[in-house]
Amino acid sequence: MTRLRTGGVRAVVGAVLALALTGALAGCSSTGGKRAEDARKAAEAQGRAAVDTPRWTVAMVTHSGDGDTFWDIVQKGAKQAAAKDNINFLYAHSDEAQQQAQLIDSYVAKGVDGLIVTLAKPDAMKAAVEKAVKAGIPVITVNSGAEQSKAYGALTHIGQDETVAGEAVGEELDKRGKKKALCVLHEQGNVGHEQRCAGTKKTFGGELVNLYVDGTNMPDVKASIEAKLQSDKDVDAVVTLGAPFADAAVQAAKSAGSKAEIDTFDLNAKVATALQAGTLGFAVDQQPYLQGYEAVDLIWLYRYNANVLGGGKPVLTGPQIITKDDAAKLVEYAERGTR
Amino acid sequence: MSSPTGAPGIDHVDERLLRTTPLKKLLARPELGSVVGAVAVFVFFAVVADSFLKPSSLGTVLYAASTIGIMAVPVALLMIGGEFDLSAGVLVTSSALVSSMFSYQMTANVWVGVGVSLLVTLAIGVFNGFMLTRTKLPSFIITLGTFLMLTGLNLGLTKLISGTVSTKTIADMEGFSSARKLFASQLTIGGVEFKVTILWWLGLVALATWILLRTRFGNWIFAVGGGADAARAVGVPVYRTKIGLYMGVAFCAWISGQHLLLSFDVVQSGEGVGNELIYIIAAVIGGCLITGGYGSAIGSAVGALIFGMTSKGIVYAEWNPDWFKFFLGAMLLLATLLNAWIRKRVEATK
Repeated sequence: MTRLRTGGVRAVVGAVLALALTGALAGCSSTGGKRAEDARKAAEAQGRAAVDTPRWTVAMVTHSGDGDTFWDIVQKGAKQAAAKDNINFLYAHSDEAQQQAQLIDSYVAKGVDGLIVTLAKPDAMKAAVEKAVKAGIPVITVNSGAEQSKAYGALTHIGQDETVAGEAVGEELDKRGKKKALCVLHEQGNVGHEQRCAGTKKTFGGELVNLYVDGTNMPDVKASIEAKLQSDKDVDAVVTLGAPFADAAVQAAKSAGSKAEIDTFDLNAKVATALQAGTLGFAVDQQPYLQGYEAVDLIWLYRYNANVLGGGKPVLTGPQIITKDDAAKLVEYAERGTR
Repeated sequence: MSSPTGAPGIDHVDERLLRTTPLKKLLARPELGSVVGAVAVFVFFAVVADSFLKPSSLGTVLYAASTIGIMAVPVALLMIGGEFDLSAGVLVTSSALVSSMFSYQMTANVWVGVGVSLLVTLAIGVFNGFMLTRTKLPSFIITLGTFLMLTGLNLGLTKLISGTVSTKTIADMEGFSSARKLFASQLTIGGVEFKVTILWWLGLVALATWILLRTRFGNWIFAVGGGADAARAVGVPVYRTKIGLYMGVAFCAWISGQHLLLSFDVVQSGEGVGNELIYIIAAVIGGCLITGGYGSAIGSAVGALIFGMTSKGIVYAEWNPDWFKFFLGAMLLLATLLNAWIRKRVEATK
C-alpha cells in the first residue's frame, strides 16, 4: 500500500522531468527568453580587483524584507565596488528592528573592517552603531537615517532624502498641470513611505490623497487602485511608491476607464520600458546602485586614504526624475538589474 | 432495523423520519450565517459609499473576491476534511515563478511553462498530503514547514536563476497572449469589465459543491473530517482522500499563480506571504468549522465575497484603512459565533 503511494510520487516527479525535457526540445519560443538575453550580452566582464590593498571585510546590514527589488540593486552596486576594491563583502538583512541590531552586533563582534547600515528605525540601531564606532569600525549609513547618522558617529550618510524626493514629485506633478493625485502606499506604517507622500503634498499645488494597499498581494493592489479611481473621477495622476506597483496601477487605470497619468518612485526594467512606451509619465529614481557602490567605495577610501565625503552633510543619490527621453538608455541597465 | 415500539399512548417515531420544516432546513445550512453577514456588509456599504453600487464597482469587487475565492474553495474543502494548509499563499507565487522561469530559461513556449508549473505545483500538493499521512504529524506543522521552505525556495531559486528577485518579462514570448486569454483576460458585459478569474471562481465553486454533495469522494471528505478513525472503520480511504484534498489546493494555487503571472507578466518572488490566512478566514467566515467535518464550498465563496466587499468598500467609502484589519477580525469572530449559535440551535431542535 505504502509502496504504491511512493510509486505515485515517483511517477509525478518523473512526469515533471519528462515534460521539462520534451518542453525544452519541442515547445520552444522563437521570441524573448533566455536565449535572447544571452544573445544580447556576449560575455559580461567579470569584476576584478583594481587595487592591491589588503583584503578588508565590509559588512552591510539593511532593514530590507525578503526579496525586495530595491535592495537587490543596492547589493549589486556594493558587490561591484567590493570586487574593484579587493574587499570581502558580507550582507545581512532583517525587517525586524531588533534582529537588525543583533546582526550589526554580530558583525562588530566578528571584527569587520567597515560597516554599512540603514537607520530605518534609528532608535533601535543607536546602541549597536555606537558600539561599532567605539570598537574603531568605520560606519557609513545609507538610504535612511540622514538626521541621526552624524549623531551616532557615522562617517557619512549616503542616500536620498525621502521628503526631498517627495517634493520633487510634487513639483513635477505641478509642471504637468495635475490637479488631484493619488499616493499609493504599499506598506502601512513605513516611515519612508509616509515621508514621500508628505513631501509630495508639500509642494504639489493640487490635492493629494493617500491610498493604502496590501503590497504582498498584487491582484489586491490592482483592485484597490481600480476601486479608488472608480469612486473618484477627478484623480488625474497616480503615484506609486515602488516600481513593481506602477504596472498594477496602469492596469487599474485602464480597467477603471480613468485617464489618470501613472508616475512612480524607483525604477526597474518594466518601468523603464513603460516610460519609453509612454504608458508611464515619469519615475523618480534614487539610484540604489549608487548607494551600495558609494558606501563600499567610501569605506575603502577611508581605510586607504582617510577620505570622507559630504563634509558632515548627507551625500544625496537622488531624486533623479526620469522621463521618456532618458528611459531609452536606461532600459538595458534596468534589465541587468543595476538601475 | 426493527420498527420503534414505544410505550402505549406515546407516538414514537424514528428521528430520521421526522418532517423538517423548510426553515429548519435553511438554518442547518453551513453558509447561512455568512449569507446574512454578506447581505449586511452589502447594505452597509451601499448606504455609506456612493460609488459602491455602480456597475463598474461590481466588476472590481467581484475581481477582488475571485482572487481570494479561487483559493478559498479548496482550502474550505481541506478544512472540512479536518486539515490546514499554511503553504497555500506562497504556493501561488511558487506556481507563477515556476512557469515564468521555466519558459524564460528554456526559451520555451509559455504554455510549456504553464504545463510544467501544473505538474510541479501538484507535486508539492502531493508532498504535503504524503508527509501528513506518512508522519501523522499535525497538518499545521507539516504545512508550516512547507510554507517556510517554499518562501525560501521562491527567493533563493529566483535569485540563483534570474539574478534578481523578480522574474524577467515573458510578455514577448510565444504563447503568452493565448495563455493570457485563458487566465487573465476580461469580458465586457454591458459596458462593465469582468475578469475571467470570476468565471474560474464560479466554476470551481460549482465543481466543489457537486463533489461535496453528489459524489462518493464528497462523502469521504465529510467522513474524514468528522472522525478519521470512524471513517477508516467503515472503509473510507482516509489517506487517499487527504492527499486528494491537498492536490485540490495545489491545482487551485496553479490557477491563481498563472493569473498572477499572466496579468502582470513579471512575478516578485517575495509575494504571497500572509495570503494563506486570508483564504482560511474566507472559509471560516463562510461557515467551515476549524475542527473539520462541517462547511461548504458556497460558504467559502460568500466568505471571499465579504472579504472583497469589505476591502474595496473601505476604499469606496474613503475611510482610513488603518481599521481594515480590525473590521476583518471582528467579522471573523461574529461569523464564527453566529455559526456556532445556529448549529447549537439546530441540533437542539432535532
